[in-house]
Amino acid sequence: MLGKLDEHLRFNETALKLRSQRQEVLSSNIANADTPNYKARDIDFASALKGALGGGQPMATTAPKHFPVPQLSAGVLPDGTPLQYRGIVQGAVDGNTVDMDVERNQFADNALRYEAGITLINSQIKGLMAAIQGGQ
Amino acid sequence: MSLFSIFNVSGSAMSAQAQRLNVVASNLANADSATSASGEAYRAKQVVFEATPAQGGGASTGVKVRQVVEDPSPLKQVYDPKHPMADENGYVGMPNVNVVDEMVNMLSASRSYQTNVETMNAAKSLLLKTLTIGQ
Repeated sequence: MLGKLDEHLRFNETALKLRSQRQEVLSSNIANADTPNYKARDIDFASALKGALGGGQPMATTAPKHFPVPQLSAGVLPDGTPLQYRGIVQGAVDGNTVDMDVERNQFADNALRYEAGITLINSQIKGLMAAIQGGQ
Repeated sequence: MSLFSIFNVSGSAMSAQAQRLNVVASNLANADSATSASGEAYRAKQVVFEATPAQGGGASTGVKVRQVVEDPSPLKQVYDPKHPMADENGYVGMPNVNVVDEMVNMLSASRSYQTNVETMNAAKSLLLKTLTIGQ
């Protein structure tokens, strides 16, 4: 039963987690808008969501014979989603590729979709509550 | 929780931009300082930003000021034989502060600061919204 509840909420939960990670990447871009040689990065949300839904959660290794989990590095998100570089529209002399208009746009868009995700997960929970209480 | 590390990222950018604004203020204040602790005229200073992995975040990158560099360009030579710092030809080396550059720098720093405050506020409202899940 619990497994089914988990399965019921998993899609929206994964989407929210990816949205919050993307929000973090976008905020890094905005923070580094004046850093020389910083390259703006982003994730491909559709393929990241597909990847995150397909694979299970990475597990911790507690014994030397366990298989290693992918290491955290600067180029991937914790779930292994690759971070891609944004295409340059108007390059800067100092090698920075952050376009503030694009980043602000994506940031607002992502925030709105995150809130939409919360609304969806809330209505799912409401549906479950109605089922639990038997319509009383 | 990745939304929390946005506070680290934006916070580091805000303190870096504040330091840049501080350097601009120092440059503008000393635009006419003919002498300083080194015995020479004041030289314009600039901050160098560096992207740095934020604490507690996997993919997030904050900003820090790597160093403050002095502008190596020559001092402005002003002819003023009565000035106590004048050399034997009557010229005084005045600071190489370009006031127009500094004003541009100031505007850029304050705009970046504002953007990061907005980023932080957006992250805060998302977190508050997240807390209402299931209510």
